[in-house]
Amino acid sequence: MKSNSEGLIIDGIVAFIDRDNIDTDQIIPTEYLKSIRKFGFEDYLFDGWRYKDDGRLGTTKEERDIDESFILNKEPFNESKILLVRDNFGCGSSREHAVWALRDFGIKAVIASSFGDIFYNNSFKNGVLPIKLSKSEIEFLFNQTQKKVLELTINIQNKEINYGDKNISFHVEKHLVDRIIYGLDDVDITLKEKNKIFDFEKIRIKERPWIFK
Amino acid sequence: MKTLYDKLWEEHHVTRLDSGESLLYIDRHYLHEVTSPQAFEGLTKKNLKPWRLDANIATPDHNVPTTRGSNFRSEQIEDEISKIQVVELDKNCNKFGIKQFDIQSTHQGIVHVIGPELGYTLPGMTIVCGDSHTSTHGALGCLAMGIGTSEVEHVLATQCLKVSKLKNMNVKFEGEVGEHVSSKDIVLYLIRQIGTAGGTGYAIEFSGSYISSISVEGRMTICNMAIEAGAKVGLIAPDEKTIDYVKSNSFLDQDVFNKAEEYWKTLKSDDDAKFDKEIIIDVSKIKPQVTWGTSPEMVMNYDEPIPTVFDTNDDNKKNVELARDYMGINNESKLSDLTFDKVFIGSCTNSRIEDLRQAAEIVKGKTVASNISEAIVVPGSGLVKEQAENEGLDKIFTDAGFVWRDPGCSMCLGMNPDQLKPYERCASTSNRNFEGRQGYLGRTHLMSPIMAAFTAINGTIGDPS
Repeated sequence: MKSNSEGLIIDGIVAFIDRDNIDTDQIIPTEYLKSIRKFGFEDYLFDGWRYKDDGRLGTTKEERDIDESFILNKEPFNESKILLVRDNFGCGSSREHAVWALRDFGIKAVIASSFGDIFYNNSFKNGVLPIKLSKSEIEFLFNQTQKKVLELTINIQNKEINYGDKNISFHVEKHLVDRIIYGLDDVDITLKEKNKIFDFEKIRIKERPWIFK
Repeated sequence: MKTLYDKLWEEHHVTRLDSGESLLYIDRHYLHEVTSPQAFEGLTKKNLKPWRLDANIATPDHNVPTTRGSNFRSEQIEDEISKIQVVELDKNCNKFGIKQFDIQSTHQGIVHVIGPELGYTLPGMTIVCGDSHTSTHGALGCLAMGIGTSEVEHVLATQCLKVSKLKNMNVKFEGEVGEHVSSKDIVLYLIRQIGTAGGTGYAIEFSGSYISSISVEGRMTICNMAIEAGAKVGLIAPDEKTIDYVKSNSFLDQDVFNKAEEYWKTLKSDDDAKFDKEIIIDVSKIKPQVTWGTSPEMVMNYDEPIPTVFDTNDDNKKNVELARDYMGINNESKLSDLTFDKVFIGSCTNSRIEDLRQAAEIVKGKTVASNISEAIVVPGSGLVKEQAENEGLDKIFTDAGFVWRDPGCSMCLGMNPDQLKPYERCASTSNRNFEGRQGYLGRTHLMSPIMAAFTAINGTIGDPS
């Protein structure tokens, strides 16, 4: 991500997967959840679709039987920063590893008509921007991908996607965007309210003692 | 005017932040080995300790082998990487002083099974866990939801979750179900109606005469799969059954329990509560449900024709084509035309004593069909296993040719040795039929314990009566 006078910009090639309901098991299969680290998931993103063989945690891309027809294995899409999909992306399991895999691969934004709630929340905590557009806007972008390699410029601060002379605006709550722009840490923010939490807890211990047994 | 969700929200609301989000106080935090190591690492890096130790309960479930027998130690797990993860949980719980029902404990089990049965899940609590099926605990009148690993760290460090309020949905199930229809069928039927994104952004309260009529275990199956309808929160107002259930598992002193009970009885939506969405479903005509595709919304009556691209609208044609292809459905027009290879009875959806009783009823005196290479029953916890063995259920299963296992997530997901081989077809009581969920290229059909048991005996899908 680079910063310029207009605010934060994501610009890059759009990889697209024309499917609804891409669940987090597809984004990263359970095998790779055995890792106890927060990084190093790039080779396992969309593992079931990206390779023709069954992978194990620790094996690298080079050791695998690559499915050349899958979009992220094709040039120039292997360098994509933006992913375009359909409806309900990231449904299913709460695994944050799904976002880590997208992030590690280099995906900075995912454009869909809707997202699973937990995935949506996890994204902002890891610098991946989920963008919700209408179904007709998604359709428009899919149509463009059929004409040529689609490149988009996403202006995070203005909440706008620029494509040629066309602008598509999107809605995202300010506090969520701020998390991406400033890389805010939630624990630090919350601990500023430490005293309020202590006070709340004190009353609760008195009123609802069974919780604290 | 207020819904149950509204009331629980207000009860736990600590403060509103500048960002517009709220801090919600968390009463109970469950941990397992998969989504916690990075959170503990984060805590260590920040030089923090858990805010309130007694809020946390841990157990290993996803990676544990189910053929381990007694006295098995974490270090004995054959898969090196699984072993590291389970050992890491042992280390973290020891280091931070968190109560763990470890792999050797007779109380170990699937986190969403042990919480309620050990009395750690109580009505009116806020409950989180780094697992989307945390919605299960909503069945006891809790505000319970799955969270990501960053949030696991946040809850450990602050005892709070930073969230925005969800919308309210009421799903009323009315009427009486037919023979061989269980709560799994009811929730699968709902998912077919509203889709896997139907509940996105909502907390779903389940109500109606059907909900009142079923056990707390049955209610857990429904709340468990709220997330499969897109809702991270599913909940049911506590009633006499809930209080009896809690009482039978409680470790609270009588006077404390009595005080709690008084409060729990107030936990219900007001008669004039305002829901953003209401759905009423007549359960009397619902038949046993079985999934045919690769999403829980691809579900139908067990005897219905499998959808084809010709009878699907344009929007969905591609989804149907991809799912049929993955599931190896070619010329077969009905589920009964498909040959099954494996049967799995277990998971946080359907591994409680009632589930095992229902399955055993079907299996009793019969034999697993010859085309089924493996049929396994995996009780959800050490206590469920013990209870089932006391009732002789294990004997019924093993006499029929089933394998009786030790507690864990097992074949619900491919993290432990219980997995499908490529192209194997499985009748499963779990919650997700996603591609590769039960093993690389495996084919999952979700159904109730009754239908899975019947499929084991019959060799394929059919009429259990």
